[in-house]
Amino acid sequence: MASERMTGAEIVIKALVDLGVEVVFGYPGGAVLPIYDALFKQNRLRHILVRQEGGAVHAAEGYARSTGKVGVVLVTSGPGATNAVTGLTDALMDSIPIVCLTGQVATHLIGNDAFQECDTTGITRPCTKHNYLIKDVQNLGKTLHEAFYVAGSGRPGPVVVDLPKDVQFAEGDYEVPASAEHRTYKPRVKGEPKAIEEAVALLANAKKPIIYAGGGVINSGDKGSQLLTQFVRMTGYPCTLTLMGLGAYPASDNQFLGMLGMHGTYEANNAMHDCDVMACIGARFDDRVTGRLDAFAPGAKKIHIDIDPSSINKNVRVDVPIVGDVAHVLEDIIEIWKSKQCHTDGKALDAWWDQIAEWRSIKSLDFKQTGTIIKPQHAIRRLYEATKDRETYITTEVGQHQMWAAQHFPFDKPNHWMTSGGLGTMGYGLPAAVGVQLAHPDALVVDIAGEASTMMNIQELSTAMQYRAKIKVFILNNEYMGMVRQWQELLHGGRYSETYSEALPDFVKLAEAFGAVGLRAEKPDQLDDVIAEMIATDNAVVADICVDPAENCFPMIPSGAAHNDMLLGPEDEKAKPVSKDGMVLV
Amino acid sequence: MQEQIIERHTIAVLVDNEPGVLARVIGLFSGRGYNIESLTVSTVSEDKTVSRISIVTSGTPMIIEQIKAQLDRLVPVSAVRDLTEEGEHIEREVALIKVAAEGPQRRESLRIADIFRARVADTTVGSFVFMVTGTQEKIDAFTELMRALGEVEVSRSGVVAIARGSEVL
Repeated sequence: MASERMTGAEIVIKALVDLGVEVVFGYPGGAVLPIYDALFKQNRLRHILVRQEGGAVHAAEGYARSTGKVGVVLVTSGPGATNAVTGLTDALMDSIPIVCLTGQVATHLIGNDAFQECDTTGITRPCTKHNYLIKDVQNLGKTLHEAFYVAGSGRPGPVVVDLPKDVQFAEGDYEVPASAEHRTYKPRVKGEPKAIEEAVALLANAKKPIIYAGGGVINSGDKGSQLLTQFVRMTGYPCTLTLMGLGAYPASDNQFLGMLGMHGTYEANNAMHDCDVMACIGARFDDRVTGRLDAFAPGAKKIHIDIDPSSINKNVRVDVPIVGDVAHVLEDIIEIWKSKQCHTDGKALDAWWDQIAEWRSIKSLDFKQTGTIIKPQHAIRRLYEATKDRETYITTEVGQHQMWAAQHFPFDKPNHWMTSGGLGTMGYGLPAAVGVQLAHPDALVVDIAGEASTMMNIQELSTAMQYRAKIKVFILNNEYMGMVRQWQELLHGGRYSETYSEALPDFVKLAEAFGAVGLRAEKPDQLDDVIAEMIATDNAVVADICVDPAENCFPMIPSGAAHNDMLLGPEDEKAKPVSKDGMVLV
Repeated sequence: MQEQIIERHTIAVLVDNEPGVLARVIGLFSGRGYNIESLTVSTVSEDKTVSRISIVTSGTPMIIEQIKAQLDRLVPVSAVRDLTEEGEHIEREVALIKVAAEGPQRRESLRIADIFRARVADTTVGSFVFMVTGTQEKIDAFTELMRALGEVEVSRSGVVAIARGSEVL
């Protein structure tokens, strides 16, 4: 294809269209005026005006996570870029593909402390997968194509392209590059055949196996989840998922043990502790998953499948590392399993499932809904019952409500659960819900929220209104920063330092002020009606669900404890004080 | 639980010669709390598109493995070689050492320089600048001896290293 001559700003628009981008989340400013002018003159790209740049990145994350596409952000220089930093770090930690275009002062002004100048590439270097500063318009088109390739391939992540204003005005040549191949960046997707054979042999001979899968399965595409489900079913092995992995294996299936980790189920964590062969698939042995490292699955041979070689042997030493894409590796594992006619040890497996059934019988997620106060877990269960037959996407903020949502809202499909896992960003859920809703206009999108997190990015409700994104903000309002309060109760003698949500707004009136609908449930018998009305309302809704302020999130592996040393409820909290070593852990 | 033996490794890294690439490597080390004992960088390809960074670092075997994986993960990095692990290699450093001394100390510095095969790069009536090449240990030893003789200023290049044999990276 012949190259075309156009301005830098026009190249940006043309490249985004050529890359299949449909939606851009952004906020204008002085250093991106030429791009906004080019946006004005076209109708291929839809621009969503957020209310703060941080919201733009979270919205793009929600969009990306729910569609599997790259999310695109456009912000100005200086404060536009610095406001985007939290979202970029969030996307880096959770492996979400984002391309963030930032305006920059003209090249001759860089380094002069010009108005709204900041060292964007310097600031974002540690919080992006890669970043670029374009100094020559001739490199612009090629770099944009490369940025999308880097963001979306291998282990996905955020990429920043910093665009000085003079480059946006300058004329240059643009053509679609023949290949997106990168000279030095070549992620490996196929696993080492020898390692895969070793893994199959270990798995086939396992007596107490467990499959521990995470967000990497979802990033691997629909095929990743399909193959994981196929493999788990054909072996009959138990499967647990990380917070980021929820939906990768159907939660309604009997072989699913629930989420593992700090607030995972008793059966999942005990199975992790006692297993003899563990297959970690697209997860990264995060500290929220492993608990005390020196007591982590002490008797297990460990297999680790990950596309990022630096994830392997980072926290936990594994026996069989396999670097590759989850779907590619699982495909090979299943093929070798079949061709070698592997059989599982039926007798041992029966005994293992008996043991798991015993752990299950503890019913670690149980709670009692009695009296006149709504239990937060009950609210989520009712929300699930009311929405399970629809196409429902859930986003969350960060805290107790997030863990309760992970425990009590089961997912049978991938890409329907958007949460800030690695960075734990309060204020993620509302803008993320806007991004999800714009990608799926007809679906039901609910942000399961806490009142404190909601206040962090409440301005994005205005974005939702402008674009008729009928998101539902389902606030479990306990008037506390609940998770912090829970830790203060556990570790600091119940001294609730600054965790009471003083001077809260009236969320019903607040919703109305934005033009949305506000609803409130104060008693258990109002809950179902409020949920039904929320779903039926053809508008954005803020549902203020007044829940028990004293409720804590259980079960829990306290900091510094092992998987088989869980607190099941308030009684255990008193009986098992946290160790000194555990106190220092976050 | 984890091996606590601290090992010293010399790592060669080939990178695309683009702006900010050194900051990426250094930021990786400081951000993740790894040690840098020595770091040198220079363009090495004929067309000046590739630079070679030689890093001397230390850590437990697990940390060293992480360092290599993290380096390899950087987009502009094309090759990471652990010279310490891969077999025999040569490490050299060059240092310029100024010694301000007079009388017998001045003569002694010249004699020691001869023993170390250091060359005189500059001289005044009150000083010498010696250029000495060799391993880190040799330069350490030479510098220590010079310190005993007068005022000393040291400028060292850091370690450059290459594997023995005919294989070309």
